Amino acid sequence: MSIVFCGVCSHGPGITARTERAEPAAREHLMQSYGRMRQALREARPDALVVIAAEHFANFFMDNMPSFAVGMADHYDGPIEDPEWLRIPRTRVPGSRDISLRLIQGMMQSVDLSYCEEWKFDHGIMVPLHHLTPDYDLPVIPMNINCQNPPLAPLHRVYALGQAIRQAAENMSERIAVIGTGGISHWPCTPDTGLINEEWDREFLRRWAANDRDALLDYTDDATYLDGGQGGYEIRTYIAAAGAAGGARGEVWCYEPIPQFACGCTVGVMNV
Amino acid sequence: MTLYAVQKLIYEVNRSPEALEAFKAGPDAFMQAYELSTEERGALSKPDIGLLYVLGVNGQLLMHFAAACGYEWNDYLDAMRAGLASYGEVREGIYAIKKEKP
Repeated sequence: MSIVFCGVCSHGPGITARTERAEPAAREHLMQSYGRMRQALREARPDALVVIAAEHFANFFMDNMPSFAVGMADHYDGPIEDPEWLRIPRTRVPGSRDISLRLIQGMMQSVDLSYCEEWKFDHGIMVPLHHLTPDYDLPVIPMNINCQNPPLAPLHRVYALGQAIRQAAENMSERIAVIGTGGISHWPCTPDTGLINEEWDREFLRRWAANDRDALLDYTDDATYLDGGQGGYEIRTYIAAAGAAGGARGEVWCYEPIPQFACGCTVGVMNV
Repeated sequence: MTLYAVQKLIYEVNRSPEALEAFKAGPDAFMQAYELSTEERGALSKPDIGLLYVLGVNGQLLMHFAAACGYEWNDYLDAMRAGLASYGEVREGIYAIKKEKP
């Protein structure tokens, strides 16, 4: 099989933790778009869901920081944060060591990976799952791209990571879904939180929906930091998803800049 | 240049309720295992969230540490702003990047 679903969405903790603070129409558009993605994901009948995330020091630290890591366990626990703060109950999320193992072996033909038999999910994975698989009934394969602390993997390597997912999936019998989750411009946990560079975000999403590889890779980290904040490094998760889409183009179903959620809230799907 | 050690300590207390309890019960003893400057020890034990921000601690670590020390969200943001006013610009780490386009 190959990739049966490929999309991107936001994961800001404010989306659940401070949900009532958003302007209602913008929030409703986001929630409807998550719902539309949930339905499309279900209709694709995946056997496993790869979540390409950018975690925030829940598992990885600078003593041993992988550029790319993939989970390889039969289950994962989350959220690591206070469940009352995040407003997502702590739960055990199913994985599949077997599917992970074969996906990793396939990907390793072209990219170097760390694998992880333990992984605690933070909001970066739990917020998307809360909206997309609320019954936690689909095995999840977590992936992480270091977007927190430079040096970071160059963007062309990130695109290649996505391509490696696709190549591995093509040699497997399972139906694999992929979701990249991150912010575009945002300045999380800093005095500038709530800033959103809407123009920069929309241009990035235009390039993403066109799956224009050259344009997607045409960002430097220095420029991204200035235009999109530290959180802007998380464009890597969207770029990896584009790589997994096999050249397909996509549609942006939602882009709502919501300062209370600290990001331009996005849902996008590739026409794989 | 011991920002690494400051962040390591925060990472470890953020992930472990036992470590957090031990740190709060005896910060001086807890900090002995880390290579910290006098200024860093002071910032951690007080805690001075604003100074920790200026020293370069990543917000994804600092936010949870501040919360564990009793800071509400708005108090956390105010503490960082007060730190910038008192101690000046962020000195190193991820936020100490040049402000002009390359």
